[in-house]
Amino acid sequence: MVKLVDLYKSFGEQTVLNGINLEIPRGKLTFIMGRSGTGKSVLLKHIIGLLKPDRGQILIDGQDVTHLSEKEWQRLRRKFGFLFQEGALFDSMTVAENVAFPLIEHTKLSKKEIQRKVEEKLSQVGLLEARNKYPAELSGGMKKRAALARALALEPEIILFDEPTTGLDPMLQVATMKLIRKTQQQYGLTGVVVTHDVPIALMAADYIAFLNEGRVVAEGTPEEIKKSEHPFVREFLKSAFEGCYPEEGRDVQEKHGD
Amino acid sequence: MLNFLSYLGRVGLDFISQAGGMALLFLTTLVYTFRPPFRLRLFFKQMEFVGVNSLLVVVLTALFSGMVMAFQGYHALSKFGGESLLGGLVALSLVRELGPVLTSLMVTARAGSAMAAELGSMRVTEQIDALEVMAVNPVHYLVVPRFWAAVIMVPLLTIIADLVGIAGGYLVGVMLLNVDAGIFIRKMQEMVEWLDLSSGIYKAFVFGGLLSIIGCYKGYNASGGAEGVGRATTEAVVIASVSILVGDYILTSLLF
Ligand SMILES: Nc1ncnc2c1ncn2[C@@H]1O[C@H](COP(=O)(O)OP(=O)(O)OP(=O)(O)O)[C@@H](O)[C@H]1O
Ligand SMILES: [Mg+2]
Repeated sequence: MVKLVDLYKSFGEQTVLNGINLEIPRGKLTFIMGRSGTGKSVLLKHIIGLLKPDRGQILIDGQDVTHLSEKEWQRLRRKFGFLFQEGALFDSMTVAENVAFPLIEHTKLSKKEIQRKVEEKLSQVGLLEARNKYPAELSGGMKKRAALARALALEPEIILFDEPTTGLDPMLQVATMKLIRKTQQQYGLTGVVVTHDVPIALMAADYIAFLNEGRVVAEGTPEEIKKSEHPFVREFLKSAFEGCYPEEGRDVQEKHGD
Repeated sequence: MLNFLSYLGRVGLDFISQAGGMALLFLTTLVYTFRPPFRLRLFFKQMEFVGVNSLLVVVLTALFSGMVMAFQGYHALSKFGGESLLGGLVALSLVRELGPVLTSLMVTARAGSAMAAELGSMRVTEQIDALEVMAVNPVHYLVVPRFWAAVIMVPLLTIIADLVGIAGGYLVGVMLLNVDAGIFIRKMQEMVEWLDLSSGIYKAFVFGGLLSIIGCYKGYNASGGAEGVGRATTEAVVIASVSILVGDYILTSLLF
């Protein structure tokens, strides 16, 4: 279980995390939502120790990890999978080598077993034919799916997904979300998904937290979120559905600008 | 005036922090060298990269330097009738100075810059973060093989450069300027001592370490997208070249 206590982080003048408090339940799929640029990726990078908070605590299984040494982090990180928003695939390696990388580094599997596992993961994300391509030869959506396969390769205890479905076509979005859901349930792992996609979140989440201006402004099950009275949440949900109900959405759009 | 002073202060602080960062990276690299797993495949790949990438340009540079030196040396020596010393002069300057320095400068331009560019682009596209997230130490994975590849390949390339340069000197001295071949060789054997040769190789070791640590440090700490990678690469080449020349002076005054 991951618990964030009173987390603050600024870059120069700009305060990005302004007192985050959030408990991420074990064995559930938690969604973190919010507008572009509110600090969702920054928050995720704090959980895995790529960024250090100015103030506050991050507890993982009750252990405060804010002051861990690099070596202790390295041990802890074997529990984690992380999907970068931009994929962060190694561009000197093929797709298959990318997915094999964590297996080669952290397991004692034979070459054959690794190859079998890589092919299994790649076929789950529908990239088996592209396994010998280099990242530069992939489309944006294919990169994302390759990175997803890599993040899932070790079947870690906690997986953090930074916008796993953004940039995919609608069919792939649903398929990807189903894959995440299925993997999560199969291994009972703790998942954190960052997204701005409201329908996907309402469909797949066990728990949703809304981020705005550096704080968690609302959290709860999808049902609770749908009923939320919080003005930001209401506006966010309403804009998301404006495509389906154009008349209702228009005034929101005018107020919002982007 | 105050502006200028604060500018100087900033430049000074920046210099100290960068030098400190490089020293730290060097020490970390040494420590991680002895920590398993030993990534021999990456190490050989880097050796091939450093060696193959730089071989042609090192050979060309050495060949023409040796040839030019034979001309210039002949010109100077003939003023007091000392043409017979030409072989010794060419060989000595090559093994002691020009071999290691020119080789290191060329390797900096080819491989040191590539190290900065490669690590820099890995940094700005979060590939280095991805290594960390997958519990693989980036210094262990990226810097250790590059460092040792350069430390080993630069001396080897230096030996090649010495030989090729001497051959170039021989070509010009004996074929063009009609110095007696036997005398050219004999003077060379008389004047070049084992210590001359080894001091050149020592230098090459140090320069190989310098250029790889500087290249890796600049790439590892790059920021700001493609422009940042470009800046890191340029700075790596400039800083490494200057460090090699300054280091050469210091080593020369220490070794002799
Ligand atoms: N390394 C950094 N240095 C300076 N500012 C940063 C850095 N990383 C993020 N920021 C700033 O922090 C803010 C939050 O960025 P973040 O990437 O977390 O947004 P996000 O919520 O993930 O947005 P999106 O949904 O578009 O991905 C942005 O305003 C960004 O400019
Ligand atoms: Mg983001």
